[in-house]
Amino acid sequence: MEAVSSQISVSEKPDGLEGQGFFATRLDKVVGLARKNSIWPLPFATSCCGIEFMATMGAHYDLARFGSERLSFSPRQADLLMVMGTIAKKMGPVLRQVYEQMAEPRWVLSVGACASSGGIFDTYSVLQGIDRIIPVDVYVPGCPPRPEQIIDGVMKIQYLVENESLRRRDSAEYKAMLNKYGIE
Amino acid sequence: MMEAATQEKITSVINEKFEGEIIEAGMVKDFFTLIVKKEKIVDIIRHLYNHSETKFQYLTTMFAVHYPDQNQIAMVYQLHNLATNQRVRLKIFLPADNPTTPTLTTVFSAANWMEREAYDFYGVISEGHPNLKRILNVEDMLIFPMRKEYPLEDQTREDKNDLMFGR
Amino acid sequence: MEASADIAPKVVKDEKQYSYLNLGPTHPATHGIFQNVLKMDGEVIVDSTPTIGYIHRAFEKLAEHRPYNQITPITDRMNYCSSPINNIGWHMTVEKLLGVEIPKRVQYLRVIVMELARITDHLVCNAVIGVDTGALTGFVYLFQQRELVYEIYEEICGARLTTNMGRIGGFERDFSPKAWEKINRFLHEFSVVLKEFENLLNRNRIFMDRTIGCGGISAERALNYSFSGVNLRAAGVDYDVRAMNPYSSYEDFDFIIPVGTNGDVYDRFMVRQEEMWQSLSIIKQAMQKLPEGPFHAKVPEFYLPPKQEVYNNMEALIYHFKIVMGETDVPKGEVYHCVEGGNGELGFYLISDGGRQPFRLHLRRPCFIYYQAYSEMIKGSMLSDAILTMSSMNVIAGELDA
Repeated sequence: MEAVSSQISVSEKPDGLEGQGFFATRLDKVVGLARKNSIWPLPFATSCCGIEFMATMGAHYDLARFGSERLSFSPRQADLLMVMGTIAKKMGPVLRQVYEQMAEPRWVLSVGACASSGGIFDTYSVLQGIDRIIPVDVYVPGCPPRPEQIIDGVMKIQYLVENESLRRRDSAEYKAMLNKYGIE
Repeated sequence: MMEAATQEKITSVINEKFEGEIIEAGMVKDFFTLIVKKEKIVDIIRHLYNHSETKFQYLTTMFAVHYPDQNQIAMVYQLHNLATNQRVRLKIFLPADNPTTPTLTTVFSAANWMEREAYDFYGVISEGHPNLKRILNVEDMLIFPMRKEYPLEDQTREDKNDLMFGR
Repeated sequence: MEASADIAPKVVKDEKQYSYLNLGPTHPATHGIFQNVLKMDGEVIVDSTPTIGYIHRAFEKLAEHRPYNQITPITDRMNYCSSPINNIGWHMTVEKLLGVEIPKRVQYLRVIVMELARITDHLVCNAVIGVDTGALTGFVYLFQQRELVYEIYEEICGARLTTNMGRIGGFERDFSPKAWEKINRFLHEFSVVLKEFENLLNRNRIFMDRTIGCGGISAERALNYSFSGVNLRAAGVDYDVRAMNPYSSYEDFDFIIPVGTNGDVYDRFMVRQEEMWQSLSIIKQAMQKLPEGPFHAKVPEFYLPPKQEVYNNMEALIYHFKIVMGETDVPKGEVYHCVEGGNGELGFYLISDGGRQPFRLHLRRPCFIYYQAYSEMIKGSMLSDAILTMSSMNVIAGELDA
């Protein structure tokens, strides 16, 4: 038991005042810490990158180490939309609807060249990057990216989640950004 | 490679009921290919399906090809006899302005989506098809994208600078 | 009382109240982008309307605008669970058009790679059948083994999933000693894990009750729907391209073609399971018989010369330039070549008009052809069986939608 417990790493507590029986820090730091390590991803896997995502979820790479093993297939409970694979024009409205169904705060990770830019499929039927219809936080390059890269992307999202101000989603800039995509 | 006797047999099976329908017959690489007149293609395939000497009862594939120079669309049917491992390819040519052909779904259920695909890509209309509508592309698409005159790339893109792509 | 008669619910006697359920396109249980609008009578499916094309990427149109060696990456993304089979199938099609003689060693190496790919393909499918019946253990187990195959791919070509493996004429390089070491390790470890996986599910009462008789199709219907590959063999037809039209020296190896009887989920599972054993055996045979020789054929117009030559030899430099710029013309002709892909007969129909690009490339995608039988197969079954049927058919969205 001792050997196992010594391998468990606990995330560092944020800066704050500490004393006998109390610990005081900023609220957004605590919220950020909690959110960061319990992101529920919604895998929107359409093609090849989805297979690499399966590898990421598997025992070898194990996304559970980052607190993201609980996949939320319902958009309403998800924090992170992971778009993996080609989004064709036929699929665009579906993706947008999924995004609109997600509750704030929500983040979007665009995995792979196809989702980010259309990739090698510069054709009449493929949407040239999902950022044409929804805002994207982190792009992961690669065709398909290796599981390590996907994990790196998730860690970048974790960084954003941790450091986000609690009021960002209420700000005028954020609303203006969403309006640019015609959402709300 | 298909032996000459087998080729002969297939052509004679067609000729015994559909005299004069074959325009051309011969080997293309390792594949026995018949170019036939377009009107009775389904009857010929049904005949090849039922005839005891041919029994081509497996539709390998079926698709269209656009020849813009001749202003024609070819439909290619590949049949396979799994018992004797013989394959045959049938080709018909349709006018590109109005490509219409009877449906093969009456013989092969597999032809259903293949015909829808041919319609989606080339606008080939299969008469009598149970559900002839676009299959892969969005339904409100106006063009038949695989035809040679339509470009590959999305024409609504404005972020591509031709200068940077050397065009 | 007339007033109460108005309030009483109207009972429709002739027609049942059906409910409609939209399954997909992003349903977690469908493993890909398929939409089915199901007409349900309670839990039983009365009718279904499939919609496909959600990741239509226009492979065939794209291929008409690419030089021949640049089409290989497109074939990767077709059936991405077994991309080397697609790559090699495409190379063989071009070689057939060019009439290139391929050295025996290359053919054997190709067989090894293709059988590895077949194992990964079947492995994903069977692991997912396990997941859909509620056995996640097998998935976690088998996916570790899949990583081993990916390491072999990396050693051979540098990529994991979309391999772009080989060149027209052979391989880019010979297998390194490390690659052989990894193949040996895989052969050794995988047979143990596969046996364990079989022990877990093959005679598992719950699994058998769940899968036997679920999603079945008769041999006649399967043939009429042009099924191929595992799904056809599970229905009892022993059609395997490897045996019927051997390519790449498959005639040199001994292997059996497992067939099922009912064409149901259990049969498909078992056929895949047995094919993995056969693939292992083929790889072992190929490694034993592997002849010495070059690892690529002499096709200077399509096979990149070694860098050493490019810098020192003018002709090699010209070829290098022509290949990289895709300026090599190909003789006129029409060929059809098929290989046994992970899902069945994967055919390439290539029409060349003598230019640098194909005039038309038609891909016979087995998924596209057999998925249309899905509506018929799930008619009258329960909703949960429909999910299981889909995963056991191994429909790959990339291959389905082209």
